[in-house]
Amino acid sequence: MSPAERPLSPHLQVYRWQLTSVMSILHRATGVALSLGTILLVWWLGAASDGPEPYAAVQHFLGSWIGLLLLFGWSVALFYHLCNGLRHLWWDIGRGLELSSVYGGGWAVLASTAALTIVSWAVGLSHWAH
Amino acid sequence: MTDHQMPSPAHAPMRSPLGRAIGLGSAKEGVTHWWRQRVSALALVPLTLWFVIAVIALVGADHAAFVTWVRSPMPAVFLILLLVASFYHTALGLQVIIEDYIHGEVMRLAALLLMRLLCVLFAVRGILAVLKMALGA
Repeated sequence: MSPAERPLSPHLQVYRWQLTSVMSILHRATGVALSLGTILLVWWLGAASDGPEPYAAVQHFLGSWIGLLLLFGWSVALFYHLCNGLRHLWWDIGRGLELSSVYGGGWAVLASTAALTIVSWAVGLSHWAH
Repeated sequence: MTDHQMPSPAHAPMRSPLGRAIGLGSAKEGVTHWWRQRVSALALVPLTLWFVIAVIALVGADHAAFVTWVRSPMPAVFLILLLVASFYHTALGLQVIIEDYIHGEVMRLAALLLMRLLCVLFAVRGILAVLKMALGA
């Protein structure tokens, strides 16, 4: 069999996804998203340092539907990367490497991400309304 | 007889004692990249949590209130540390992704240099903005 005809691994059409591999891919994807999100932070700080008008323009954009959607995506990516990053650091010191811990930690990361996102937005939006 | 039953010559160390002591391996940088990624990650845990809480507290703040907050003065210090740690960690992470997916030698080097340049550029822009607010009249 020539190299070109060999099946790729993982063969995506018949690949059964697992929590572990999906979370690994998501860690990288959220990392890339946060790279772009950090540029948003610099834009915000730059506008604030330039004066009230540029700052107001950025605040107006962030308060729009697109801005809020970007901020929401940024917050989900941030909390996921933070929680899953702690899971990685835990593995790096040699803990939690049994299969059950790997899966348990994975679900805990997803639950924490959801909880932190919901709490942050609940507090933030109630703050905004006042 | 399978590999793991082979007598001792199969288990002879592949590396010289000197190579083992220096510990740099085939990538010539040992665990340096790995370690820096972990240390910057650890630094980002408290910085990120502080930043999220600060942003939530700043919702709806006007320009004057925002600048007053930056100058108060610890936020300026934490913001600069956050920018440095973020872009450092970003550069390390994106480096691995570029090395994984871009196989052409020239393209890979170009992408790595461009990515590093942008990380430094945005980090300096952000730090300058914070300093301007913190030190401005």
